[in-house]
Amino acid sequence: MPRPFHETLAAHGRELRRGRPSTLQVNVGLLCNQTCKHCHLEAGPKRTELMSRATMEQVIGFAAAHRFHCIDITGGAPELNPDLGFLLERLAPLADRLMLRCNLTALDELAAGTRQELLGLCQRLRVALVASLPATNEAQTDAMRGDGVLGRSLATLRSLNALGYGKKESGLALDLVSNPSGAFLPPAQCQMEKRFRDELQRRWGVVFNHLYTFANVPLGRFRSWLERSGNLEPYLEKLAGAFNPATVDGLMCRSLLSVDWQGYLYDCDFNQACGLPMSGSRLHVSDLAGVPGEGVAVRTGDHCYACTAGSGFT
Amino acid sequence: MNSYYDPEDLGRFGEIGKDAPELAGKFFDYYASVFAEGALSEREKALIALAVAHAVQCPYCIDAYTTGCLEKGSNQAEMTEAVHVAVAIRGGASLVHGVQMRKIAGKLSL
Repeated sequence: MPRPFHETLAAHGRELRRGRPSTLQVNVGLLCNQTCKHCHLEAGPKRTELMSRATMEQVIGFAAAHRFHCIDITGGAPELNPDLGFLLERLAPLADRLMLRCNLTALDELAAGTRQELLGLCQRLRVALVASLPATNEAQTDAMRGDGVLGRSLATLRSLNALGYGKKESGLALDLVSNPSGAFLPPAQCQMEKRFRDELQRRWGVVFNHLYTFANVPLGRFRSWLERSGNLEPYLEKLAGAFNPATVDGLMCRSLLSVDWQGYLYDCDFNQACGLPMSGSRLHVSDLAGVPGEGVAVRTGDHCYACTAGSGFT
Repeated sequence: MNSYYDPEDLGRFGEIGKDAPELAGKFFDYYASVFAEGALSEREKALIALAVAHAVQCPYCIDAYTTGCLEKGSNQAEMTEAVHVAVAIRGGASLVHGVQMRKIAGKLSL
């Protein structure tokens, strides 16, 4: 196994300390209609954890008191939280950019009226959509995310395009995220973006703004698969071998506050997945007088190697 | 030694330069230039390498370029087709020699 992440940082003369937070990431629950094999949070249809409206109000109060450049709503599938519209409406005026991460198939599972209402709200509030799409071929996408997911995702992308999402002139951002379909590193982002753009446009007439490629994080359901398949050690060695000290200053955990579905704070979504609260104690968003954490060491584990491999995960 | 091939030897490839550093340096520099993005993309070059690896039946190269192809964004359908290209050329190279066989046999036969 590779040496502990903090030792690698020290060997390169680096420290990982929090700066001033510019992004508030809000996880509204672990309920999801998919059971993706690489999910670090083990989200799925059987999960019942959902952020309540009372916790949302506490998050909104916190966001109103401390201006963030970006607010990033994630899950699970945030679309399945019945109070998502309420949260979006209240948070939109409080940040320069409001992002919603969606899996492209959960929208299908909403009643037609609810779906239309949610999409209309996103359009009106100029919410930037960030959608997972690992590959442009059925074999890889469906192997990771479930049977039929590629086809359903493309149908949703086409309907988002029809609303203006992904079209440069509309100002409605539609970004894609691609994770590798296994225990290997992602392709270079610029090359993969070009390939996605060509293939999605040529084969399905789908457009988008940007594609981000990220390594799978060895936590949750993905870590269980790594263990079962005998890939854990080689994968961790691969990530550690690709450690790039130049990524450290730009790591998202330095400028992000991650709030879980109950309102507790973490340095990032990955620390949330493995139960490493920010500063080592469970701080609740409602208990904070100011923006916490500046100068405090970020809590780390072997999963951090996924964010420092190659060009990094920012 | 349990086998002539040890997967860990792939990671030790650089040691080949120990007693001939200049030659190794030239080879590895050339190798890196060959696989850099050019008129062909890195992904296309990795697929060619995968096919050649099968043609020359190098287990190190198959290991390296299977991972390499996946990490350049290829999928298993593309990689399998690339292997078939190598197989077709190898098979064709044998079969086309059948023409020589037929010419010789024809000359010797009544």
